Amino acid sequence: MIHMLSDITGLFVQTGYPEPMSTLTLNHFLFVSAAMFAMGLIGFLTRRNLIIMFLCTEMMFQAAGIALIAGSRFWLNHTGQSFVIFVLTVAAAEAALALALVVLLFRKRESLDAEQWNEMKG
Amino acid sequence: MNGIVQSQVELVSSAATGADATLFDAAPPWASLIVFLPLAAFVLCGLCAILPSLRRTKAPAILTVALLALSFVLTLMLYQQVAGGEEAKTLVLVSWEWFNLSWGDAPGQSFVANFGFYIDSLTVLWMLFVTGLATLIALYASEYMNHDVGLGYCRFFAAFSLFVFSMACLVMGDNLLLLYLGWEGVGLCSYLLIGYFYTEAGAVAAAKKAFIMNRIGDLGLALGIMLTFWHFGTIQYDELFPLLQPHIHSLQNGHIGDIPWVVQAIPLLLMVGAFGKSAQLPLYVWLPDAMWGPTPVSALIHAATMVTAGVYLIARMYPFFLVSDIALPIVAWVGALTALVAATIAMAQFDIKRIMAYSTVSQLGYMFCGLAFLSSSGAAFHVFTHAFFKATLFLCCGAVMHGFAGQLDLRRLSGVTFMKGWIVVGFAMLIGCLNLSGFPFTAGFFSKDMILAEAFVTPGPGYGLLGWILLITAGLTAYYTFRVFFRVFVGPKLAEPGDEHHGDADHEFHPHAPGLAINSVLAVLAICSILAAGTYFINTENHGWVGGMVHNSTGAELSAGEGDHAVHAAAFRDDLHDLAHGPDEAAGVTADPAGEGGDHAVETHVAHGSFLGRDPHAVMYYVSSIVGLLGILTAAYLHGPKGIGGLMIGSRTTAERSRADDIAPKLGPVQRWAQGKWFVDEFYNAFVVVPMWALGHIFHLFDQLVIDGIVNLFGKLPSMGGKRIQPTQSGLLHGYALSMASGLALVLLLVWLLTF
Repeated sequence: MIHMLSDITGLFVQTGYPEPMSTLTLNHFLFVSAAMFAMGLIGFLTRRNLIIMFLCTEMMFQAAGIALIAGSRFWLNHTGQSFVIFVLTVAAAEAALALALVVLLFRKRESLDAEQWNEMKG
Repeated sequence: MNGIVQSQVELVSSAATGADATLFDAAPPWASLIVFLPLAAFVLCGLCAILPSLRRTKAPAILTVALLALSFVLTLMLYQQVAGGEEAKTLVLVSWEWFNLSWGDAPGQSFVANFGFYIDSLTVLWMLFVTGLATLIALYASEYMNHDVGLGYCRFFAAFSLFVFSMACLVMGDNLLLLYLGWEGVGLCSYLLIGYFYTEAGAVAAAKKAFIMNRIGDLGLALGIMLTFWHFGTIQYDELFPLLQPHIHSLQNGHIGDIPWVVQAIPLLLMVGAFGKSAQLPLYVWLPDAMWGPTPVSALIHAATMVTAGVYLIARMYPFFLVSDIALPIVAWVGALTALVAATIAMAQFDIKRIMAYSTVSQLGYMFCGLAFLSSSGAAFHVFTHAFFKATLFLCCGAVMHGFAGQLDLRRLSGVTFMKGWIVVGFAMLIGCLNLSGFPFTAGFFSKDMILAEAFVTPGPGYGLLGWILLITAGLTAYYTFRVFFRVFVGPKLAEPGDEHHGDADHEFHPHAPGLAINSVLAVLAICSILAAGTYFINTENHGWVGGMVHNSTGAELSAGEGDHAVHAAAFRDDLHDLAHGPDEAAGVTADPAGEGGDHAVETHVAHGSFLGRDPHAVMYYVSSIVGLLGILTAAYLHGPKGIGGLMIGSRTTAERSRADDIAPKLGPVQRWAQGKWFVDEFYNAFVVVPMWALGHIFHLFDQLVIDGIVNLFGKLPSMGGKRIQPTQSGLLHGYALSMASGLALVLLLVWLLTF
């Protein structure tokens, strides 16, 4: 476990070295990212609780972030990393807003069930 | 009011260019006021309608009468300028530039139509009776329209003034486009005034009918003007007539084939316009219906002035009609048949105003015949006398209608002259009737004679037969005229009121005799009708004062600058006339030997026309007197009241019945057809209106089903698609999320499939 962690951190520390010590490849990271995104998506689609749904979206966010950082490391390009910093900042602000909205919605119906709100029916 | 300033400016500028100054004298600048004073009256009447303080007063009538009278005075002064000197002059004046386009330097590559006036003796003759009668009739109307004081009064006088303005444009314009403007303007005013009582369905229908019938004719006129411009490159009279000279030469030298078909087609098209406006066959049916308008309108527009516009058009464009070998014969036949048909209809009608309307149609037929018989002076003289006596007759009928609450049925009225206060109307009516029936030494007698005599003199296809038709029509005219007089104005006193109560329906009906305005106008008109006869004896070498006026008109001066060998239209017409009369010796030898009925036309060019072997000019006075008197005596026998003065042959004792009622059934279908107006309206209805109506409905259906169907289909497609997709919009967050996710999955699947 520690070995794995150091390997992972080694990925970050040892930038620029031609031969990484880790046996982890880009695909491992992309697999993790995809798995997280899928879990987030499935959670968003299946759960009714607004807060859980919100957390699921956050999970999808982070999945995307992992993919970006992995790519950035793989291609030795900083753009992906800096982009993630921005995404995290925006996500923080958006989380505050979204939670506030959830609170307001809860006050209106005394419930967190997403199906309570369906007035926009065509 | 701006006219003065503008015309002065234009005068200076045109003098500077010298464009008009070479051929004609410049008219005095105030001449344009004759046209613009009625326009000012129109605007002021409109203002009266806006200002509440003036709306309830008689201000519109006062303004109209004053400005029209001023216009008439100016016309008299203009007459002094044009015809006062040794020789009749032609004056020109450009008020302002209207159209002045050019697209090249070559001749014919420009289009000029100014708001300018071409004033010769023909113009002045027409303007004299247009403005003079308009003034008198406006005065009459100021009393006649009493019951409508208010907005209706303003509307009436505004349209009345606008009519005089349009008529002045028509008559005084120096180009065909301005004539067309006036032509359409009088049509519009006629429409507005026929439909004056716009709450009545009949009036509205009559107005529409008049407008549409006129449009048919106007199409011909418009095409004629376009063709004129296309061929000659100008529509200004002063440039047009010199351009026609070569064709007149060709005609004189017998090379009629050299005249291009376009030039021959122009009069045929112009003539269609004239037939529409002057109510000739086959477009006459609007005029009797036009009697829905207030009577002063019927008198001014539909009897005295507007309907003579067609005669004016032909008289003005006379050289064009001379170069076509079929135009004038068509005019003659149409005119004579119209005269006969309208007279037969008038004999069987009971509505006195309608009888007068048919009599107008009939008399207009005489005028067209006069033009066609190469006697434009006869036609103009008849226009002139007819204007006065027909206005008198109409205004008398109007006075009766006004006094007896709209009663016009001659079976419901009798002995009007002998009622208290109706003596002036009765005598004016008598004078009008004598004129219309051609009683010896009345104006109508002389003017009708001129046309009748020419019918037997002028060579042409079947002109002799036409002469007989016109002679018979003269007898019928005398009959139906005095039928009205004997039934309505003399005999036992009886008056059943009509159904109009002038807004005082609560009161018991009592006939009210005409007041000062109506009586004085009738007296003046009756006197004018008598005096018109006197003009026949002025300037006798040209068949009277009117003849002299016409003789000196269009084309006479135009050729002045053309050199010695120039032959102008007026002189040419005289040549033709001399040809017709022939030298006396020739007449003696080749005159129609049989004389048994001049109805086979004298077609050879040397033969002198004859009437039963005698000189038509000499005997026509007696013949037409006898025919007229026969008509009057027939009317006296059939409709005359018992024991009035010398009329011992009459037998009528009641208003409703007379000897004619016993005879009528024996006439069989003739009487029925005449009373049914020859069923022309029904014929038009069946063969024109109904097919058009059906066609219109077919088009309407096609439009609704096919055209609208296609358009609506495109409109409905998105909304129908939307309806289908609508249920997917569930309003549930999960629904949207699922569709988004599946859409994404689908895209990814596609990408994957396409990539590998």
